[in-house]
Amino acid sequence: MTEILTYLGKDQQYEKYELFFGPNHPGMHGNFSYILTVEGHTIKKVDPDPGLLHRGFEKLAERRKWMQNIALIPRICVPEPDINEVIYSIAVEKLMGVEVPLRAQYIRTIILEMARIGSFLFGFGGIGGATGLYTASYWSFSDRDYLLDLFEWLTGARVYHMFIIPGGVRRDLPSGWTDKLSETVDYLQKRLYEYDRLIYNNPLIVKRLTGIGKLTKEEAIEYGITGPNLRATGVKYDTRKMVPYAAYDRIDFEIPIQTEGDGLARAIQKREEFQLSLDIIKKAIKDLPDGPVRAKMPNPLKFKVPKGEVYVKIESSRGEHAYYIVSDGSDKPYRMAVRGGSYTAGLVLAQKILVGMRIEDVALWMATMDICPPDFDR
Amino acid sequence: MDYKKKSILGPLSSLKYLFKDPITVRYPKENKKTYPDVEGVSPQYRGRHINDLEKCIGCGTCMDICPTGAIEMVEFDDVKEKFGATKKRPVIDYGRCCFCAFCVDVCTSSSLSMSREFINNFTTPIDSFMDKQGEDISKNFILRPDTRFSNNPGWTTNNEYSWLELERVVMGIFDANTRVESFLEMVKGYTKEEAIKEARRCVACGLCKDACPIHMDIPEYIQAIFNDDVKESVKQIYKTNPLPEVCGRVCTHKCETACSIGHRGEPVAIRWLKRYAVDSLPLEDYTKILQTKPIKQINKKIAIIGGGPAGLSSAYFLSLMGYKIIVFEENEKVGGIMRYGIPAYRLPDYALDKDVDFIKSIGVEFKTGYKMDKEKFQKIYNDFDAVILATGFNLGRSTKVPGTEKEGVIQALDFLQEVREFLTGKRKDVKITDNVLVIGGGNVAFDCSRSVARLQKMKYGKVKVTQVCLETLDIIPADKEEVEESAEEGVVLICGRGPKQIVIGEDGHVKGLDSMKCESVFDENMNFNPKFNEEDRLICEATMIIEAIGQAPDYSYIPDEIKSKMKFERGKIVLDKDFSTGVDKIFAAGDIVRGPDIVNGIATGLNAAIGVDKKFNDQ
Repeated sequence: MTEILTYLGKDQQYEKYELFFGPNHPGMHGNFSYILTVEGHTIKKVDPDPGLLHRGFEKLAERRKWMQNIALIPRICVPEPDINEVIYSIAVEKLMGVEVPLRAQYIRTIILEMARIGSFLFGFGGIGGATGLYTASYWSFSDRDYLLDLFEWLTGARVYHMFIIPGGVRRDLPSGWTDKLSETVDYLQKRLYEYDRLIYNNPLIVKRLTGIGKLTKEEAIEYGITGPNLRATGVKYDTRKMVPYAAYDRIDFEIPIQTEGDGLARAIQKREEFQLSLDIIKKAIKDLPDGPVRAKMPNPLKFKVPKGEVYVKIESSRGEHAYYIVSDGSDKPYRMAVRGGSYTAGLVLAQKILVGMRIEDVALWMATMDICPPDFDR
Repeated sequence: MDYKKKSILGPLSSLKYLFKDPITVRYPKENKKTYPDVEGVSPQYRGRHINDLEKCIGCGTCMDICPTGAIEMVEFDDVKEKFGATKKRPVIDYGRCCFCAFCVDVCTSSSLSMSREFINNFTTPIDSFMDKQGEDISKNFILRPDTRFSNNPGWTTNNEYSWLELERVVMGIFDANTRVESFLEMVKGYTKEEAIKEARRCVACGLCKDACPIHMDIPEYIQAIFNDDVKESVKQIYKTNPLPEVCGRVCTHKCETACSIGHRGEPVAIRWLKRYAVDSLPLEDYTKILQTKPIKQINKKIAIIGGGPAGLSSAYFLSLMGYKIIVFEENEKVGGIMRYGIPAYRLPDYALDKDVDFIKSIGVEFKTGYKMDKEKFQKIYNDFDAVILATGFNLGRSTKVPGTEKEGVIQALDFLQEVREFLTGKRKDVKITDNVLVIGGGNVAFDCSRSVARLQKMKYGKVKVTQVCLETLDIIPADKEEVEESAEEGVVLICGRGPKQIVIGEDGHVKGLDSMKCESVFDENMNFNPKFNEEDRLICEATMIIEAIGQAPDYSYIPDEIKSKMKFERGKIVLDKDFSTGVDKIFAAGDIVRGPDIVNGIATGLNAAIGVDKKFNDQ
């Protein structure tokens, strides 16, 4: 019997076949797909198939007034919507030459770090899901709820906050909010050790992640990999340090790096950066200055941005998130382009690195690389 | 951290969580106690809208900012009509709303806010079919917010967080000590940068347009100023207003009273913006951008009696309609109250001349120095195809208390005209004393007292003017700025007092005013009917008294035969809807119809012009 199957398998027709790895697979993130050509369990060729999620954000932004876009852009990224608001605001401020009050800068920093922690928790859940350790997913999603509660208290909404606007932020911190945030930070710190026990000290997970999608420094730079994934290969590059924005130049922090560049190193890098974000929040709360939270801005209905173009990048949990905005001096953006953090990893690197992996590694590789389809479909 | 310390038993520590309470709660079944002082969702939650329908002015700014186009302004019958508001109210499509609360942050009247309610449950109308089903669902989705959830408020916006620019760009004005020394114009006017900055504050709601008697296209010309297109702005202004230089300085600006930004902060300086637009375009350029030739010539001759605002307005519009216009003016120059009433520090001659010159340039003929009498009027009436009366209120009104017939008591209009003649060099001196009292609380009274202050400063080096008016400060008919600026210039204002008699000294000269307390100015029907307390008396010393309690019309030039056919009510001519007096060929405009301000004069002038045109078109 075995001999017959082997004989049939030798036939060209059955040796290789195409596997559609898309939203039908629980390990896929969002509405995106890889068309894999596999031989047995081994991947021979990868065709990324983006476009199914396309929501036309860039085009929609050209039809809305500068201020109205604030309600649109957070939707580009669900796990970490605030980065979009911040980049857009910084871009508009740069074009207009507006100075943002220091308190607003600190509030932005705190919000960005909270969002980053929220996104890392999503990532823990992703690794848990891809390895069959569902406890991690349940824990991380319920812990993320504490952050959403704080967001709701400050901004009035849980997921899409629409809170950071050109000129500053929409509201000052409510009284008692920073105390509650400190409490939550302490709680998350405590929980981090539990996650260690569950994930990082777990020999099964360590064994499973080791060697997944190993990248060297040179490869990572060549393929435009940024963020924790780049730092996991040993390159000490962080936009928060290199091109400081918000209040990052006023807060003292050290970027951790790993050297192995494989799945485990990336997972550990995220865990280390989780710790870093907690530390940054603590420092930002301590240094939080008094003062106004919003610079004087024009009436939103007659909001014109001077002619010019600007490229603004910030550090998101997945890498460098950037906007390129062109203004023709009117009340709407002339063109807006978004560069997502996992843009090159998901589309280009995948075609190379997935070749030779097994089918079951694809979901795990995506979880450790934090591939987010909205980064290429927007 | 040492990741090498691996243990297969580590994950088992999570078993302890089996016995802990879950983090998430089933709200509202279980209470969510995350936030202090408040149960359930966050204290500034962005939930369903609350709109105070009484406070809402229906400006539609929320509709303009809505990023999802969820808000529509719909007119409602159950909304009370009020000045500076429309009957429209926002209706929100909750199928589109993204709860961003931008509408709340830009609300001009602070009526709109958001609640902590977010549940909107209804039974799906599965029994109905097709279109009907959609209709039934939209009834539950497209709603007019009201005060239903006001007991559970969430996201609200105070002035600090409002997205509107609430503070006006400060207008440069000479300080009191400098301006009291001369009759030079005291308001400096906006520079280009200031004007664009001020124009930027406008939300283009159009409430000003409804409030303006001539319904100027205010949002359009402000938009043009914002776009730095002064020519377009002047074009928009001249569509309805032939006297923008004048209106840009001394208009009573109903538009600014109605301005929606005024509910939270200072209204947009619409009047100064108009002044900026016309000031920055020279007269030579007017003819290049404005219509100066009528579309067709009509062979009819129209006489306009009186060259004040109403007469000039009628002349401008009728001339553009193609009629032959002759304006008969009693004084040496046209302008009426604008030239001989309003002091030069508020309205300088060059500004008025610019407006008049443009009206002249489109072919209007002025006959100045033409004192009208019955005979001349009869001749004009016979010679011309139509006559528009625009003679205004040109007689001073006296308080008629004992002593007003004395020499030291004069009328406001006579005094102001003397001042004008003095300034133009026609008169060497204006008779004033070092202690003057002005009776009245209107803009004319303030014009008098501030003119006196300037003359006293020139003549005696110090100011001593007292002004007595019936009204208290809250109901004083004059502009707020007049009250403030006159006080800075040294005018002492005594409110809530009416004249009893003029005190005459032993030498027969005026010695002061005996005044009594005014208890109320208006009766229950809001008619002018002051009540005095004769016990409470105050004697204000003065050696000269100016009465500025209002003006009266002069109809003595109209022949009795014609006059008998006209109807009068409280000194004003009663008109039909075409602004015809009821006598064939005779129309009327200006203060003798509706007033008393320049912009109403322009409005009635336009209406009379339309009436005249209609008469000839109907034939």
